[in-house]
Amino acid sequence: MATGSIGLWAVPLEILGGAVRVSTPFLFVSLGECITEKSGRINLGLEGTLMMGAMTAYAASYLSGSPWLGVLAAGIVGIALGLTHGVICSLPRVNDIAVGIALMLFGVGLADDLGKPLIQPAAPQLPAIDFGWWSNVPQLRHALTVNALFLIGAALAPFLVWGFRATRWGLILRLVGESGEAARALGYRVAPVRIMATGIGGFLGGIGGSFLSLSYPGSWNERISSGQGITAVALVIFARWNPKLCFFAALLFGAAGALGPSLQAVGVHGGYYLFNAAPYFLTLLIMTITCSPKHNLIGAPAELSITK
Amino acid sequence: MSEEAAAGFTAELRRRPTRPLRGRIGAALETVLIPVAALIVSLLLFGVFVACAGVSPIAVYRYMIEGSVGSWFSVQNTLTRAAPLLLTALCTALPAQQGLLIIGGEGAFVIGALFATMTGVALPNAPSWIVEPAMAAAGIGAGGLWIGFAGALRHWRGVNETISSLLLSYIAIAVLNQLVEGVFRDPASLNKPSSPAIADAAMIGNIPGSEVHWGLVVGVVACILAYILIRHTTLGFAARIAGGNIRAARMVGLPVGKLVLLFCFLGGAAAGLAGMIEVAAVQQRASADLITGYGYTGILVSFLARHNALAIIPVAVLIGGIGASGGLLQRHLALPDAATVVLQGIIFVVILASDALYGRLPWLTGARG
Repeated sequence: MATGSIGLWAVPLEILGGAVRVSTPFLFVSLGECITEKSGRINLGLEGTLMMGAMTAYAASYLSGSPWLGVLAAGIVGIALGLTHGVICSLPRVNDIAVGIALMLFGVGLADDLGKPLIQPAAPQLPAIDFGWWSNVPQLRHALTVNALFLIGAALAPFLVWGFRATRWGLILRLVGESGEAARALGYRVAPVRIMATGIGGFLGGIGGSFLSLSYPGSWNERISSGQGITAVALVIFARWNPKLCFFAALLFGAAGALGPSLQAVGVHGGYYLFNAAPYFLTLLIMTITCSPKHNLIGAPAELSITK
Repeated sequence: MSEEAAAGFTAELRRRPTRPLRGRIGAALETVLIPVAALIVSLLLFGVFVACAGVSPIAVYRYMIEGSVGSWFSVQNTLTRAAPLLLTALCTALPAQQGLLIIGGEGAFVIGALFATMTGVALPNAPSWIVEPAMAAAGIGAGGLWIGFAGALRHWRGVNETISSLLLSYIAIAVLNQLVEGVFRDPASLNKPSSPAIADAAMIGNIPGSEVHWGLVVGVVACILAYILIRHTTLGFAARIAGGNIRAARMVGLPVGKLVLLFCFLGGAAAGLAGMIEVAAVQQRASADLITGYGYTGILVSFLARHNALAIIPVAVLIGGIGASGGLLQRHLALPDAATVVLQGIIFVVILASDALYGRLPWLTGARG
């Protein structure tokens, strides 16, 4: 039996470990998008940012030998894409949802184009920390091996909660997202705040992408993201623009994403593709339950186009 | 009529040509000149991009012209690629009349192709005049319901249609892969899992004297019909009112919800029909090859045509030409086939940014300020 001595316990263990692994890109993209949406803009282009981040990180890690340089390079590319989105959307009469769609197609195409030479070589991977050293059950040790990026993302969530609530920057960001008029009346310029918020969102999106290609057993291919970016954007709506809830929602989506591989690991092969699509089903289901045609969502920044 | 409702109608009427002649000509020129300028800027940016990759932009432009219109073969290639884009663009353009941004054409295309194949396989011995309409109906119905579902979620649950329609695309692709590797797999397809093939007799042929299949004609007719529906019927007028001011539309008693469902269904139906044609004119069976990207490119075509169903026709040919030139760029300049997708992405971004220019060229429209 492929599951070893612990039998079917391997499935929840795999899902638990998988949830932590798979949730990392969801976590980074949703935290980044949370910052962007708090400023009253939505960036659907994070799907493209995720792909560009994955490709750039892999290339930079391969060329420099340092996976952390890869993460940094992915973040910088993310900033570039985020600023592009932010600046174009600041032009009059430009629709931020449409620009997001355009940058999504652009990012995915560009990553595919530039990433062609990267399909073969192997790049150095990010380190993982073994929290299961005390156990001699291999499945448990595997589940408790946590990637360093996940820990950074997990620390970032409470930091953002504090930042939104208690810092001057957080207050200005939320003010711009709630009412551009009020912000202008108080002498703050709306466009630069939103451009910056989209840039930071892109930075985190790029880092989320670096996890896709640089976490064991990382590799680059043009289908590496397939919708995780857009799922993460929906996740922010579900998490009510609260970074702490983003963290738990990312874990939930990670668990859904881990369902297919976990079942396959214990020898269940039927429905492989459908189980892999579990995060999309989950997103649709959650949006159907939590959205309402009657009133705006609780916690939604008032200037956000997508909930108007 | 309430004040708000009146405002809605005024907004709609303002778009109709009641301005003085100079303004009218200027506005018409504007809608041609700005996209053309944006295209030229995009091509220049693409030139910079390929130059960074060490390839001469001049050579790229030359091969692009050669590969899209340079020979009868290239022209046919361009038109063949334009055919599905005509229909997948409608998947975005029709719901856009109501201000809905549907980007799930790829899913409707795939699901339409899948159900059309199933229908074709289920009727192996029926005459073609039964099989082909049945396959088309299956593709139209499946694609229409797929996007109609996104419209229903939007109408009854307030779920954002852009996100839901894209998620539905990923689900459609998962369903396709699951079926062609499972119950709907032809056991004879060893290396590449595929469904059984539809009968040769059920295949749609080419337009006489060419290698271009009849899908092109279907697409052009669909665009013309969509234009008539949008511009010259009460339904289309009502949809545009709802797109301009939904509260005004509700107040004058327009059935906003039914319009959302109908236009989403029609959009999805167009993309589903494109999927059916892809099977019945090109691939003959369902496999992962049905994930063509035509659905995503259709979004670009619709935006480039400013969601105008008639303008989709030339734009689809243009974008089809870019796709057709990809082969030559790959063969002669060793550019990856994704290079044309990069160009499409650049065009998309620049076109949207150029929206800021409308009404801001006083020398063109005679408008002040």
